[in-house]
Amino acid sequence: MTGDGSREPCYRLRGVVRVVSPTFELRIGELAVPRGQVFALLGPTGSGKSTLLLMLAGLEPPTAGELAWGDGPLYGNSRPAAVRQSATLVFQRPLPIRGSVRTNVEYGLRIRATADLGDRVAAVLSQLHLDRLAGQSAASLSGGQLQLVAIARALVLRPQVLLLDEPTAHLDPAHVALVEAAVIDDQRERQTTVIWATHNLFQARRVASHVGLMLDGQLVEQQPTDSFFEAPRDPRTCDFVAGRMVY
Amino acid sequence: MQDLADIALRSLLVSGSATIIAACLGLPLGAWLGLADRRLRLWLRPLLFSLMALPPVVVGLALYMLLSRSGPLGRLEWLYSVPAMILAQSILALPFVIGVTMQGIAAVPAELAQQLRSLGASERQVRSTILREAYPAMGLAVAAALGRSLSEVGAVLIVGGNIAGKTSVLTTAIYQETSRGHFATAIALGAMLLAMAWTVNLAVALWQREPAV
Repeated sequence: MTGDGSREPCYRLRGVVRVVSPTFELRIGELAVPRGQVFALLGPTGSGKSTLLLMLAGLEPPTAGELAWGDGPLYGNSRPAAVRQSATLVFQRPLPIRGSVRTNVEYGLRIRATADLGDRVAAVLSQLHLDRLAGQSAASLSGGQLQLVAIARALVLRPQVLLLDEPTAHLDPAHVALVEAAVIDDQRERQTTVIWATHNLFQARRVASHVGLMLDGQLVEQQPTDSFFEAPRDPRTCDFVAGRMVY
Repeated sequence: MQDLADIALRSLLVSGSATIIAACLGLPLGAWLGLADRRLRLWLRPLLFSLMALPPVVVGLALYMLLSRSGPLGRLEWLYSVPAMILAQSILALPFVIGVTMQGIAAVPAELAQQLRSLGASERQVRSTILREAYPAMGLAVAAALGRSLSEVGAVLIVGGNIAGKTSVLTTAIYQETSRGHFATAIALGAMLLAMAWTVNLAVALWQREPAV
């Protein structure tokens, strides 16, 4: 999964701070997310991955600092709403709307009044092996099934940027493989920029071309995947990668 | 038998009209409050809950004084009439509709709005989706209002007067037949009232049904 280094980054962050609570704040000194690639955000629970994804999704502005999307600030005049048409976040705890699995997967297309809705929904349902559940009430699904529905309702939109917050946390290995294949196939086909938050080292290595490590609200290190795992620069990354860091 | 059907129909007319009025006013107001600032709801909730517990006889008494010939609304000549009964029951049903609707909307997880925005929904689309999530609560609100209206006796007795063939409804007729010792008729009227309430709630339950599992 080699990248095209000449292309401008999808997101650029400089001195970004987001105060989440009196005891936790996110601080990103410098981060450039390469366009059209898979960037894994590694880090333990509570390290700030979800907070960063919410900012990148145009849902929660930073308290301070520069956050650029393409060639302009992400939180400029009415830009977050435009960003949300192109960048979709799959939440760690997906919430369905009332109705069937199909209703949920159709939602984003219906509000965009998309013409070929039926075909696109059918294709995604089949890709994620959800076709047999299509008519079932979303409220009756298990946590893992709901996660698949959340991924389906994001993929069906064909977003430019797909933000994934621990999308396979409640899935068995077979479904993890299914989700990884669906996201990676889509990414290769459409050159989607994917930012994939995970605490699973092996998953990061499997799916990403670049990896960043987050600890205690800070981005410790970011590198191309091979360098990140073979030659980490920060001692904390060495400990994390070697499994010496207990979290 | 003609009398029984007449009484049952009048019950449906009075309570149905009161519920429709309360729903027309209460659903939009409850929806607005449900989507409004949390602090506003915090202040209004105790008031609404107190109004839900409003004793029907007190509402009946207040309306009686307003509608009596010497009262400020005496010129309407509504006392001992169906419109006065509908007005009384609308007042009693309104806090139910507002309160249950408001609570139902406020109970939709706040994170759902963020998830909908991330799927590209505008603020208007987010609000309309959240309202749709609260449809079962709104159905419940209307059913509760109709239930309260159908079973209410104090207010309609005071402002309606239980005049045979004119303002007598199931509850006031049961009261009268029981006081006369006509238990068989009272039980028949009671059965009709129960059947009515059950039918209404069954209809609401069917309407709220989730898609096939």
